[in-house]
Amino acid sequence: MKQVPQKDAPLKLNEAANWIREDVSYEVNEPDAYALEEALRQKEKHSGEVVVITSGPARAQQVLREALAKGADRAIHLEDNAFVGLDALNTARAFAAAIKDEKFDLIFTGLQSDDYGYAQTGVVLAELLGWPHATIIMQIEKNEGGIRVKRELEAGYFQFVDMPLPAVLTIQSGINKLRYATLIGIKQAKNKPLRKVALAEVQASLTPNLQKVEKLYVPQKTKKTEMIEGPAAEVAKKLVDKLRNEVRVL
Amino acid sequence: MPETILVVVEQREGKLNRVSWETITAGQALAAETGWALEAAVVGNGVAGFANEVAAKKVARVYAIDSPRLEPYTPDAFAAALKQFIESRQPKLVLMPHTYQVRDFVPKLATALGRTAISDCIGYKKNGDKLLFTRQMFQGKLAADVSFTCDSPWFVTFQNGAFRGDQAAAGAGAAPVEAVNVQIADGVVRNKPQEVFKEAKQAVDLTQAEIIVSIGRGIKEQKNIELARQLADALGGELAASRPICDSGWLPMDRQIGSSGQTVAPKLYLALGISGAIQHIVGMKGSRTIVAVNKDSEAPIFEIADYAVVGNLFDIVPPLIEEVKKAKAGS
Repeated sequence: MKQVPQKDAPLKLNEAANWIREDVSYEVNEPDAYALEEALRQKEKHSGEVVVITSGPARAQQVLREALAKGADRAIHLEDNAFVGLDALNTARAFAAAIKDEKFDLIFTGLQSDDYGYAQTGVVLAELLGWPHATIIMQIEKNEGGIRVKRELEAGYFQFVDMPLPAVLTIQSGINKLRYATLIGIKQAKNKPLRKVALAEVQASLTPNLQKVEKLYVPQKTKKTEMIEGPAAEVAKKLVDKLRNEVRVL
Repeated sequence: MPETILVVVEQREGKLNRVSWETITAGQALAAETGWALEAAVVGNGVAGFANEVAAKKVARVYAIDSPRLEPYTPDAFAAALKQFIESRQPKLVLMPHTYQVRDFVPKLATALGRTAISDCIGYKKNGDKLLFTRQMFQGKLAADVSFTCDSPWFVTFQNGAFRGDQAAAGAGAAPVEAVNVQIADGVVRNKPQEVFKEAKQAVDLTQAEIIVSIGRGIKEQKNIELARQLADALGGELAASRPICDSGWLPMDRQIGSSGQTVAPKLYLALGISGAIQHIVGMKGSRTIVAVNKDSEAPIFEIADYAVVGNLFDIVPPLIEEVKKAKAGS
């Protein structure tokens, strides 16, 4: 799971203009919330354990606390400011290193993050682990050889895919209905284990980033907008004239 | 030997995905900028026909990368096939459209080669010798210029609508087509995909529509959708909506435009009562022409509109339908 700036938070550029200033409000990356919910539902169906993992500075612990309150059993926090600046490959390498002694059957991630939006970390992690993967998942059922998942394709198409375990799935928003943490859940979360992993513990698995944000900026408005004014009937006439003679779709 | 740019085009349901032409346009522009050669590849089972289609464009060569194991699509087979091919040819730059299929296998492919992909780009810049790829971050609130800090091959995917597919230049003659047979060993492909199906009965591919009439919260009630539908019908376009309309169940999810729905780039996008939240804008701002009707003059949709009508859509749309019908009848 990932902590990202709140959707409606006003963002300010840092001095180097290559990232945002840290003093914004954060929230759970929305697709990751659905990934957690799906993990909890799978556990309720098949039993087992849900472990939640994130990377980022101390503030990111909030994401894990919320997940524990909702029902996750334990948490892993790769805690360091440096994790924020890693590219997808190095983020996945850090996760792979941090979970090398675990024996997971399934790893869920959100299909993409609301900040970078690369839509890569889950698939990269699968490749590093040597596991099969499937993306943009809307349904997961256990079957004889492993699982059957429903992939969302473009333009209203879907596809079921049978795949063996262990596997990595990237989860689409809207796959389920999110739960709220209960008071008792919040209380229990305080006693659940949270393992911290320092940068030094995974450093040997990392390389310098393979891509770099050189410059971050507010996109410039490139369009000239022409106002169409007047009474409705006149506006309709003018618009149709534009559609015919300038846009050329009539 | 000069450096090469490789465009991997996408075929689906027996047709080249139209977004592939946009990637060809991007490749041609980058080739002109860098002086690198432009080649294209089609991946699948029996794709020579597609390769011939692409060979009509201005490209130096087209590869038909073939194996029975590439049908149906799996990320394992596609990554394995392209890894073999790319390792043997060593292109400098590999370009693909940012489709669901490409999103599914490119991170795996790049990782298998020890490389990275800059995904969902909307353009590029050349800064001295350095290529920068522009992509949106924070749901489009900010843009970033991103560079590669590793050796090539460099992987880049372009957002639907980032380039104009109809600007892909034709070649003087057909480019040579080279068949490439790849070996995909037993056990490489682990996923077993079933038939592709449509959930909604009248599911529509909005990415292929040339005219879209789209509605937002300003439509107010489900019964008012009929008005927008009549306008869409008069224009010969498709009806679409922003997320709140589909979440309410007023239109099926496959009509949704935006970051969680479809990304479209029609010739005409007519937005009725849509405020223009960034989640919606990322899905339609590549449209050639945007007409926005909204009663709030401060609505962000007007920032990207070519033609803006500040007013009540219920006043504007009925006479607009009549005028469109008149224009069609007269043409």
